[in-house]
Amino acid sequence: MHFDLTEDQKEIKRVARELLAARSSWARVREAAETGAYDPALWDELRELGWPGIAVSEEHGGQGLGAVELAVLLEELGYACAATPFLSTAAAAAAIQACGSDEQRTRWLPALASGEATAGIGTRALCADGVGADVLVLLERPSGEAMLVTGAETAPLEAIDPTRRYATVSGGDGEPLGGGGAEAVAAADRVRAAIAAEVVGVAQRALEMTLAYVKERRQFGVPVGSFQAVQNRCAQMLLDTESARSTAYFAAWAADAAPERLQEAAALAAAAAADGGRSVTASAIQAHGGIGFTWEADVHWLYKRAQLDAALLGGARQHRARLASLAAARA
Amino acid sequence: MDLTFNADEVAFRDELRAWLAANPAGTPPHGDEDAHYGWRRDWQRRLADGGWAAVHWPAEHGGRGATLTQSAIFYEELAAAGAPLPANVLGLLLAGPTIMTWGTPEQQERHLVPILTAEEIWCQGFSEPDAGSDLAALKTRAVKDGDEWVLTGQKVWTSMAQYAKWCMLVARTDPDAPKKHQGLTYFLMDMEQDGVEVVPLKQITGESEFNELFLDGARVPDENVLGGVGNGWKVALTTLMNERSGLAFFLQVRMRQLLDQLIGEAAERGLLDDPVVADKLGELHLRCEVLRLTAYRDLTAIETYGQPGPEGSLTKWMWSETNQQLTQLAADILGPEALTNGAPWAFELLRARGNSIEGGTTEVLKNIVAERVLGLPRLK
Repeated sequence: MHFDLTEDQKEIKRVARELLAARSSWARVREAAETGAYDPALWDELRELGWPGIAVSEEHGGQGLGAVELAVLLEELGYACAATPFLSTAAAAAAIQACGSDEQRTRWLPALASGEATAGIGTRALCADGVGADVLVLLERPSGEAMLVTGAETAPLEAIDPTRRYATVSGGDGEPLGGGGAEAVAAADRVRAAIAAEVVGVAQRALEMTLAYVKERRQFGVPVGSFQAVQNRCAQMLLDTESARSTAYFAAWAADAAPERLQEAAALAAAAAADGGRSVTASAIQAHGGIGFTWEADVHWLYKRAQLDAALLGGARQHRARLASLAAARA
Repeated sequence: MDLTFNADEVAFRDELRAWLAANPAGTPPHGDEDAHYGWRRDWQRRLADGGWAAVHWPAEHGGRGATLTQSAIFYEELAAAGAPLPANVLGLLLAGPTIMTWGTPEQQERHLVPILTAEEIWCQGFSEPDAGSDLAALKTRAVKDGDEWVLTGQKVWTSMAQYAKWCMLVARTDPDAPKKHQGLTYFLMDMEQDGVEVVPLKQITGESEFNELFLDGARVPDENVLGGVGNGWKVALTTLMNERSGLAFFLQVRMRQLLDQLIGEAAERGLLDDPVVADKLGELHLRCEVLRLTAYRDLTAIETYGQPGPEGSLTKWMWSETNQQLTQLAADILGPEALTNGAPWAFELLRARGNSIEGGTTEVLKNIVAERVLGLPRLK
């Protein structure tokens, strides 16, 4: 029993944190959000580092690492609220690597791992990075199969989160990922586990920004962070962030090491991330007071990302229903 | 990252499971608190005979030198087998390790074995009417008289005092010390004497798990001072900081069993298809799992760094809140059946209210998280 990142995984996390602090500052995120375009230099750099193929085998041009390493990178990209098609591309590649047919792997993995091709993930009503994507991985139902869709028509969707591009999808040719059935369901769970990992980083950043702010901001002659009402809010933010982290790491671990537990783990991670991400980032706005409600402060990017990630996860409610039926089957 | 047990841990678990299967705790006596406690005392004797009473103690003192993970496995398996906690749980978890840290060889020789075998039960005399969350505000006085100390004051929330031979007790020996956490001394007090009166405290459940302890001239000889005169705050911190993470696993498994039982009740009433009920049960399942996973993260942090990570301060808060939600949902689903005196769910509902108060109120836990984990400034 060792429920923590390994030294190598911590090193990946540290390197990612440093790189993104330098390359994806709030100024860069804001620029991407306000122009509606991703930061091409950042994406090129992530491609050169081989990150999109982190969980793709070396045989198919990837790094040959696993779902936990992918989760670590996603957590850091979420922490930076980075404006790139990384989540969609890397999560789709990881799902195809783990669950796809030989043909699907050969066709998609080399291009996705190198970032020459990009993927979209989500549903027909809400697909992250759908516009211009070479392939879509669509999850229509909470316990349903992931579908690989090509040749679909996509239309930009002006979602409230401008740090990522979203689309609606119609038409196209679809086939279940892998041989369908359990493989395609596992693929969908892997994608959800990846989204949940991003939310952990989003929540962690919101918590840290809030702590820094309430220690600095003074009212009535003292830092507002010395008031218990503010302190209790921050403690709750920590609890929600750590709950999301425990379940997201569990899901990432289960994806590779205990596939028979992935279904439940992914539902746990999705439910904890969907609600936790929303409440932590909402608290961040509240704790920032008036400034938190302005466009100028950066906390709203995190709130908006958390909202859309929760929507991509399908919301917490359907995952709780799934958990209830899993628990009832076992009780 | 590895969320499976290694070979040593599996071997430990399998040996324990086999022992528990061969030595069932049996059915608890119902409705009689003294008989129930006697049953737990007998259970601890059997655990001690099998070498299972204090797995976390070093082998030289009769334990197994178990790792934290093995200790967690012990409590999980105990709960899973439907067995109770050992009767002398405060002795095993708090008094024993504190005496091992601060005790003289003579004190260790005198006390450790009777703790292990439940021959001598221990209680904890820390909290007072005006010193609950703020322990250093305690007022119980100890005055030197020859080679003895004379104790006067009142302690509250002393569980098991009615069965205890010994009390780990903190009293003020120097009222003139400049700071309130100075001038305290830690005593090992014999409960069987005239100056000690135990008065049961009736709880909202109607039961009396806890007592008030009145000290009026109780005497403690010098040799029963633990860790030196005036050093009581440090010794008390050892007791308070002592590794209780194993207990979290027992409670966590008990809560899971309660949830499974509630799911069964809901199923019998055809309520699993009710979306509101399903949503709440799903949330409780999530919380139970978050608690289990977070407790394991905490174990890893303690094993790796020697101290809990930020998540460690969250589990007790999460557990109490979840147990309260669970028992409230049971009352919602079962209605009057769960609200009738003597009904197990009625007991659980009422008992759960104490969860967020005992062992650190949720309010204080949040303060601790804010100040020590998040580094927020203290209001002057």
